[in-house]
Amino acid sequence: MVLTVLLIIRLHNLFAIVMLSGIFSLLAATFFVVVDGVDVAFTEAAVGAGISTVLMLGALMLCGRTEKIPDRKTVLPLLVAVVTGAALVYGTLDMPYYGDPEAPIHQHVAPRYINDSLAETSVPNMVTAVLASYRGYDTLGEVAVIFTAGIGVLVLLSRIKLGRRKEDEDAA
Amino acid sequence: MEWPGLYNYWIVIFLMMAGLYIVMARANLIKKMVGLSIFQVSVFVFYLTMGKVSGGTAPIVIDGDPVYSNPLPHVLILTAIVVGVATLALGLALIVRIKESYGTIEEDDIEKQETDA
Repeated sequence: MVLTVLLIIRLHNLFAIVMLSGIFSLLAATFFVVVDGVDVAFTEAAVGAGISTVLMLGALMLCGRTEKIPDRKTVLPLLVAVVTGAALVYGTLDMPYYGDPEAPIHQHVAPRYINDSLAETSVPNMVTAVLASYRGYDTLGEVAVIFTAGIGVLVLLSRIKLGRRKEDEDAA
Repeated sequence: MEWPGLYNYWIVIFLMMAGLYIVMARANLIKKMVGLSIFQVSVFVFYLTMGKVSGGTAPIVIDGDPVYSNPLPHVLILTAIVVGVATLALGLALIVRIKESYGTIEEDDIEKQETDA
């Protein structure tokens, strides 16, 4: 994953960058399987590596596929990134270790879902039980977000076609 | 310190800063969107590594008395992935519109056109 990211930073061919970001998503999905997030891995492989790549390729088709070699200075962004990263690394020194069953995240509400969700919802997959049953309203809100984004994309892209049609009419 | 200890967080931080650097340092708008999605994936990795319990299994009920990993980060991240793709689609649509109006998707060129106009 780290290697693909470094390549993405170095390359200027946008087609290669989009392909690499697809590979990056796929690697992320395999990593999610390793840390037991099988549902998340499915979604990341389908949405992150699939739909996102298709969307990006569509945008590339309309916008051209090479990046201009930047002549701007990159020292300041690099400095900001390194300083922020160092601050975050300092912050992690107090974090619980990877896989620690005593970590605070596993102490509060999670045991309740793990122990009771089968009896309460009779769905064996706890992720589905929480997503669709306990937090169903949040999922409804998510659908609203996607709907809004879809409407936004349609509005933005339909104006292009309308504008072209108007130009055609003016020309005629 | 036992491996991997805190290394998972450091990988997340590296990915996150790489995404941030791409967004800040590159002028091409599509490359900025790629940087943004790298940043997002780093947050997903962060949440899922926190939910992992050593020796645990995926949170799907099976016979016996297994240790389950924490299902709550998975739920949050499922929502976040889908919202992330919605953001990406909207951003790319905006980029297409910008290309239509300015004829370029390089931020520097757009700025130049704005100041000249």
